Amino acid sequence: MKLLKFILLLLISGTMVIGCHQSKPKENKIVIWHWITDRRDAFDFLAQKYKEETGIEVEFKLFFPPDIYGQKVIAAARAGTLPDIFGILGEKKTVARFIQAGHILDLTAVMQDDNLSWKSKFYPQTLEVTEFSDDNTYDVKPGIYGVPIDTNVMQFVYNKKLFQAAGLDPKKSPKTVDEFVSYAKTIQEKTGEVGFISGWGEGWLLHALAVEWAINIMGEKKFIDTIEGKVSYMDEEWVKVFSLFERLRNENIFPANIATMTNKEAEDAFAKDKAGFSFNGSWSVNVYSQINPEIDYAFFSLPVVEVANQVKVWGGAGSVFRVNADSPNKDKAIDFLRWISDRQQQDYLVVETNNLAANRYCEKSLPPVLKDLTKSFNSFTHPDNWRLNEDARVIETFNKGLQQIVMGLKTAQDVAKEVQNKKEKVTR
Amino acid sequence: MKASLKDNTASFSFVLPALLIFLVFYVYPFFYSFVLSLTDYSLIGKFNFKNSFVGLQNFKDLLVDIDWWKSFYNAGFITFFALTFQNILALLLALAVDKVIRMRKFYRVVFFILPVLSEIIIGLLMKQFMLSEPTGRDVLNNILNNIGLGFMAQDWIAGHNVRLITALVHCWKGFGWAFVILLAGLQSIPDQLYEAARIDGANTWQQFCKITMPLLMPVSTLVMVLTILGTMQAFAMILALNQGAGGETTVPVMIIYNHLGTGQAGLACAEGLILGAILVVVSFTMFYVSKIIREKYGVVPN
Repeated sequence: MKLLKFILLLLISGTMVIGCHQSKPKENKIVIWHWITDRRDAFDFLAQKYKEETGIEVEFKLFFPPDIYGQKVIAAARAGTLPDIFGILGEKKTVARFIQAGHILDLTAVMQDDNLSWKSKFYPQTLEVTEFSDDNTYDVKPGIYGVPIDTNVMQFVYNKKLFQAAGLDPKKSPKTVDEFVSYAKTIQEKTGEVGFISGWGEGWLLHALAVEWAINIMGEKKFIDTIEGKVSYMDEEWVKVFSLFERLRNENIFPANIATMTNKEAEDAFAKDKAGFSFNGSWSVNVYSQINPEIDYAFFSLPVVEVANQVKVWGGAGSVFRVNADSPNKDKAIDFLRWISDRQQQDYLVVETNNLAANRYCEKSLPPVLKDLTKSFNSFTHPDNWRLNEDARVIETFNKGLQQIVMGLKTAQDVAKEVQNKKEKVTR
Repeated sequence: MKASLKDNTASFSFVLPALLIFLVFYVYPFFYSFVLSLTDYSLIGKFNFKNSFVGLQNFKDLLVDIDWWKSFYNAGFITFFALTFQNILALLLALAVDKVIRMRKFYRVVFFILPVLSEIIIGLLMKQFMLSEPTGRDVLNNILNNIGLGFMAQDWIAGHNVRLITALVHCWKGFGWAFVILLAGLQSIPDQLYEAARIDGANTWQQFCKITMPLLMPVSTLVMVLTILGTMQAFAMILALNQGAGGETTVPVMIIYNHLGTGQAGLACAEGLILGAILVVVSFTMFYVSKIIREKYGVVPN
């Protein structure tokens, strides 16, 4: 009996010790964490190819949904179990905290080696997202802290088939908000499908569009001045921005439940020819083709409010891989990232995943629908490229306010006042 | 008779594993959350209490945060429906199934299917059931049209209705739990009491008021407390159903979750503590009220 108890105790203790034991990283293996699960096959193919070329094993561990992934990375950083390479979901402030905590390797020196041979491969606008400039307000040593794998652009998109069915010219996209509303209404009337759809249950999509319109209405300087607290959200031009969403609602061009809709649902509906317009990212090219390979559509620039003013496009930030500064395999990790950002691999990713490459020399591989988007690269704007960011609590109120406007629960004035109140509270 | 040291040690050794688990997984996180709530720590990097200490600022911010208290209103609204509509429905069904009716085992299984299903699944199913084209199947509106109630067809998960619809879906998903617990309570009431009451000439209503309700009071209190705790912490179903609908159905746990995700761990801990404190106060109040009622009805000795 005593022997049996002893064996049992030994087994339990053994299991606990094994469970708590942290396995040592293999010398010839790089582990990568990311949330872009739709590219699993392409990544696995590249990993296999890299192993054949170098003998080094690369394991991609892809996690879904993204917000759970975000928390996993934070937990791993706390526990000291970050992989060799990982992506970070979140605003620049979060990336800055990871850098300050010593979790992310500064890649500036390796990027600039050999007459900038690595750095010069990227679109400057794409690489900028991974950089902390000399005048950054995050208290981070200036430098490059990641390797972009692709580029993202947020633009309007229209369905050519529904354009034709509604008697509209499929080669002529709307240039102004007035035209956009008019086209959307025509599509609704003539085809019975909805005019516009977007996953506005996800507040950041609304936010991206609001920022594009805000910059068109007030200019980028005044927009940044608002973040700095020099301009009020109750300013006439901000109310004009909020009023645009009120107008879209009043024109009845989108489904009533748009503020509770996920982007996946909106993408599904657009790909199935059930909506004339959508506002989405360049990743949607892959999504649409997977849902409906026959879909005929094109991206177009922001329908403007002020024709004479500048138009900025929310973009630049694609997937970025960061190197774990504590990884014993960091040199191998850098070699792999250098390899995956080479033209050959980037071309493969473009063809297989229908995403805009981070490598500037891959334009020839781009399908026409993506090639059009490269025209907007010089007018990118993105929070990761701004000198400073708005407080997360203000953005939360801003996004919720926009959702309530499109649900018909609040007016533009109400929301402007609420956002300004929040801004004053958090800056007090 | 005094217990020997050996007896005490033996007894304590049985309690020790549970005590350790309780200390490590409940007491320690509680105190650590309290410490974090006094800081602006983001969970990234080493925790330095001195550098991140903000005193009671997080609590002060929350006291005047309209969004935070609105989330309590939303959760309270859903809880009110769960306490009334859901539990009354559960009691009526439990009373029906408790009686000798045909296929009662079948009904017991059917009513318990919903609580067994994941909240996410229920949220997504109901979304498809109620949403109009192009993203939904418009099932509910089609049914209404087919039975001549087309005038009631509308966009269910939009506008002013969204909070009410969320409450009803929550009740629909949750009534199975209350049903099972109340049914167990009903079955623990001895039949002899009803027989004696019938011999004394009591009608069904009198039997219900004088026997069923008083004897069901301890179970009802448990159901009410569980309903409050469960509903105030509801999260996944609402997220799947409507994403919080621009704050109209955002509940406290959703806010805590978002703040954790955006690196505001100190604030999230303060929110967690406030939510926990409110739920503890509500639960103890419920038990106290129930005790008074039971004493009044003579179910427990004074």
